[in-house]
Amino acid sequence: MSRFRSNPSLFVGLAMLALLAAFVALGQVWTPHDPFEVDYGNTLQAPSLANWFGTDDLGRDVASRVLAGGYVDLKVALICVAAPAVLGVVIGAISGFIGGRVDTFIMRVTDIFWAFPFYVLVIAIVGVLGPGEANLYLAFLLVNWISFARIVRGEVLVLRNLEFVQAARSLGCTTPRIVTAHILPNAVNPAIVYAMADVVLTILAVTSLSFLGLGIQPPTPEWGLMISDGRQFLFDAWWIATFPGFAIIYTGVTFALIGEGLDTALRPKG
Amino acid sequence: MLIYIVKRLAQLVPVLFGITLACFLLLRALPGDPATLLLGARGGPEEIALMKQRLGLDLPLWRQYLLFLADIGSGSLGRSVVHARPVMQLVLERLPATLWLVAYSTVLAVAMTVPLALWSAMRRGGPVDLAIKLAFTIVIAMPSFWLGLIFVILFAIWLPLFPTSGYGDDLLSRLHHTTLPALVIALATASLTIRSLRSAILAVLGSDYVTTARAKGAGTGRLMGVHVLPNALISSISVLGAHTSWVIGGTVVIETVFALPGLGSLFVESIFSRDYPLIQGLTIVFAVLVVLINLATDLAYALADPRIRLE
Repeated sequence: MSRFRSNPSLFVGLAMLALLAAFVALGQVWTPHDPFEVDYGNTLQAPSLANWFGTDDLGRDVASRVLAGGYVDLKVALICVAAPAVLGVVIGAISGFIGGRVDTFIMRVTDIFWAFPFYVLVIAIVGVLGPGEANLYLAFLLVNWISFARIVRGEVLVLRNLEFVQAARSLGCTTPRIVTAHILPNAVNPAIVYAMADVVLTILAVTSLSFLGLGIQPPTPEWGLMISDGRQFLFDAWWIATFPGFAIIYTGVTFALIGEGLDTALRPKG
Repeated sequence: MLIYIVKRLAQLVPVLFGITLACFLLLRALPGDPATLLLGARGGPEEIALMKQRLGLDLPLWRQYLLFLADIGSGSLGRSVVHARPVMQLVLERLPATLWLVAYSTVLAVAMTVPLALWSAMRRGGPVDLAIKLAFTIVIAMPSFWLGLIFVILFAIWLPLFPTSGYGDDLLSRLHHTTLPALVIALATASLTIRSLRSAILAVLGSDYVTTARAKGAGTGRLMGVHVLPNALISSISVLGAHTSWVIGGTVVIETVFALPGLGSLFVESIFSRDYPLIQGLTIVFAVLVVLINLATDLAYALADPRIRLE
């Protein structure tokens, strides 16, 4: 209980994550109705006991589609953070440790990337490559690594001059060993915290792209696509667009709380 | 101040050059094939070859880049395939709506941030502070396109206070038409600025001169209004500047949701019509917009805080 008191964000976030994982797993094996089943006799029905979140314009059960849609969004968002995070950490470590011209060059590149609004860059890349899941991964890989590289570089710059690193060097450790065994473990904490915030932003970006028609393609149940479907029926059927949004918010808040909790937990004490 | 301005402007040159290079490399070196995408299923091999020639895609990369720079240098930014007009003309037509949306949403964001951050900071750790923090954690997680649609359901359909889309002709009707989209962007911005202004206020509250002011008997209103807020706001200008990239990016989605005639909706249209030169030109315009707004906030910052100029 005292540990909960000291870091409520982390505990609530992790509890929400467990529930989210349970629902996403459930959505893969069981849903109240078939999420793909079209029923023209039962279109645009308001939420009821039979269809908790109502039905869409094709008579598909919105609740079932929200449940089944979690998998795609979560998978895409996690890959779109994890892959660029690894790339960014490696580039940042190289930049910070080698320093000099390499560092200056890499930092100028990140400065320039930083001038482009995130959405504009991702949309432009997907626009040139064409929509689809694989192209989403490439677009986010090209854009998302920058923050990770800058965060890790900043940490490495501080760490490489600390005594324990010099001690390791005087003991005869090779450069790769110093970087991987001594510097990186200490430099990645802020990157891990940032990764959680980045999951929130990436889920928003992935669903936005799907909403615009540039991400996941129909008929896959996906939250952004469902909101886009519901947009045409705002006057008659508010529930189609509303409920997938709640699912996105729940997911976002989960990762925001975990990020905040990790920030508290991983920050050096004293 | 003049020296600072000149220095800041000189720093812009390599960045602007880098923007053109990055935009060019990203859009041309990627494995996508614009000519094929543009023509779709209609295009036979000859049409595709012809389109490649028209777009200059058959040339070596370095020559494409020089042509690209020439298009920028001439001020036309290239020629839109679909609209058959210089990209710059289209940009100038659509720019006012986007600038208006950015300005209006920034005003709304500041109007929300200042009182809420003050309230939060003065009740630090209390229920109000916690409630504001929780509310804006939820706002951060809200997709803007979804919030836009929810606002339409709530304030345009159920309570018909605002129109569902469109831009308006005169100032009043423009305010009326763009309040909902500006509010969506403002909420997203405020969710970030409230936090930073709150910490800035708390930092200033702990400083010696505030203790002195308190000791001299300054009331809460005078203390906050004269001593704390101006100093806390100055440090928040740079935070607001750092978010412009997000605000500009946010307009892309929001303009589409509310059918506003801005650069963002034009950008999304250009993606769907595969209007390659237009995509490219707009990508650069967006980046330049971010750079210029950042420059403006930096200058405002330097004007408000003399220490910055002397660094």
